[in-house]
Amino acid sequence: MQMTSPVREPLVLRQIHDKNRKTTMHDVTNDICRQVEAAPNMRWMMALGISLIVLAYGSYTLYRTWFFGIGEWGLNKTVGWAWDITNFVWWVGIGHAGTLISAVLLLFRQKWRASINRSAEAMTIFAVLCAGSFILMHMGRPWLAHWALPLPNTYGSLWVNFNSPLVWDVFAISTYLTVSAVFWYVGLIPDLATIRERATNPISKFVYGILSFGWDGSTKTWARYEMVALVLAGLSTPLVLSVHTIVSFDFATSVIPGWHTTIFPPYFVAGAIFSGFAMVLTLMLITRYVFKLEPYITLTHIESMNKIILVTGSIVGIAYITEFFIAWYSGVPYEQYAFINRMFGPYWWAYWAMMSCNVISPQFFWFKGMRKNIYATFILSIVVNIGMWFERFVIIVTSLHRDYLPSSWVMFWPTYVDVGDYLFSFGFFFTCFFLFAKFLPVINMAEVKTILASSDEDASVHYADEDEKHSKESAH
Amino acid sequence: MGKKEKQEFLVGVFDNESKLISAIETLRAKGLKIHDVYTPYPVHDLDVYLGFKRTRLARAAFLFGITGTTLAITMQSYMLGFAWPMIIGGKDHIAVPDFVPVTFELTVLCASLGMVATFLISNGLGPGKKALMFDPRSTDDKYVMAINLGKNSKFTKVEIEKMLLDNGVSEQPKTKEV
Repeated sequence: MQMTSPVREPLVLRQIHDKNRKTTMHDVTNDICRQVEAAPNMRWMMALGISLIVLAYGSYTLYRTWFFGIGEWGLNKTVGWAWDITNFVWWVGIGHAGTLISAVLLLFRQKWRASINRSAEAMTIFAVLCAGSFILMHMGRPWLAHWALPLPNTYGSLWVNFNSPLVWDVFAISTYLTVSAVFWYVGLIPDLATIRERATNPISKFVYGILSFGWDGSTKTWARYEMVALVLAGLSTPLVLSVHTIVSFDFATSVIPGWHTTIFPPYFVAGAIFSGFAMVLTLMLITRYVFKLEPYITLTHIESMNKIILVTGSIVGIAYITEFFIAWYSGVPYEQYAFINRMFGPYWWAYWAMMSCNVISPQFFWFKGMRKNIYATFILSIVVNIGMWFERFVIIVTSLHRDYLPSSWVMFWPTYVDVGDYLFSFGFFFTCFFLFAKFLPVINMAEVKTILASSDEDASVHYADEDEKHSKESAH
Repeated sequence: MGKKEKQEFLVGVFDNESKLISAIETLRAKGLKIHDVYTPYPVHDLDVYLGFKRTRLARAAFLFGITGTTLAITMQSYMLGFAWPMIIGGKDHIAVPDFVPVTFELTVLCASLGMVATFLISNGLGPGKKALMFDPRSTDDKYVMAINLGKNSKFTKVEIEKMLLDNGVSEQPKTKEV
């Protein structure tokens, strides 16, 4: 069935193999369950294999980080935060798109989110786990990680400092991870029940039977489910804004030139959504191609996401310019130097990489042809993520490497352990994503069926009865 | 749990949302009690058509949220104000503005977890729970209506069957004992 409307393109297209046939609810079930039920194919195994190899190499460098300490990194007395925190902020930012799609777009009743929310939310969870791994890495002694929590202890009791943004971050990230995971799983339950009912092999029947929590799709269950989805969306919307706000507080509440600016919270949130959507697009285009999901993830979806990239990318651009203006306008020489140094100092290449990737490249999306071009979108989505990584690197390293005393001025260069730890997060992220894509439904079947139903011809006659009467009257 | 007596249900399958809703309206107007309807996706206002009570989950979420707020404020004030008071950055022991982020996060955390737990418990959902499926296709593309014959003694089974057939079921209704 096709959503037809004079002003909007259909959200679900006709079947690929038979263009004359509209996609039915049964097609949705078949198309989405296919890859869960089929034996793993070669392409998937190779992709998972590569991810596992990267993960294995990353695990080796992670072992070096934890066994020999963070002296294995390129850090020094002046630059005490570099790749680890850059990667942390980058991954947290990437996570934001999932929540934006599942929560904010739900509140705004953007129906097109239905076919992308599941994988975007999964991406959020994996990205936040990757982000968290850098905190554990930088702790050096991860077995003491629980010291970041306010637990009773034998030192007094000595409590954590609730005035510290780093403690706020512990609460923000762990709440975000928990709520995202719960939101995602609640949405999965009905689809897991669909797989359970279709399963023929006793092992999958058993496993999906446990995972689907005994879902039966009764009226009350669905009514409560909708309420849970709505309230969780309402809670997640401020939550997602708070998370990157608090991440930006890690810098903004300090006294380092280039960090203590009040623009940081909105600027970080916009940047997070910007990079998050880019990552969603990268993954979605691959998933769409591999699992033949063209009827569900359409060019309209890609275009909508590109519009969000354009908007948030431009917000980020304005934020960069504002920062510069304020540095000049403040009249503080340290602040002014920090920004001139970003542009023309020894890390000029990182700065200009950030500017060209984040500010110039999304401007291509002013053109509809570019927004609807899959290849251009794929390349630009990767460019944007490179740019956003450089943004965090520029903010963190260029601000730190020029200390107050010129005798402490240094450069930061990463070691292979820095690079390996970053690769670890990639390996982990893609391993999780590929496992998710194989064993769980990548598209929320129940929600896509809702879109189909609202375009059901009989249903529209039923619901639009009043409208029709009205239009007939006015025609006479 | 003791053994429940088996109950007999008549199961009607619909393949269209609008037929389902008009059938519900007609059948209920005739005084038939519908046990439940199982659908592949949330059909808007189906609970209203069936005359079920509106869910009070949102209120539960609010109460859980308030609990989280209270917990967070109490915890932070106790720890920094009473258990081990320290002057940090020249601020008060109980520096309220600094407590806002953690208070907000714990409010959201408690509201979400509490509501989802209530949702699972009130629906009897949980890992390993068995689902009561009248027709497995209700998770695919069919709308399944279950009518408890024991609770509709006004009508005979044949009468109910005929009522279903007259109101748009897509196939012959089946009987199922649960």
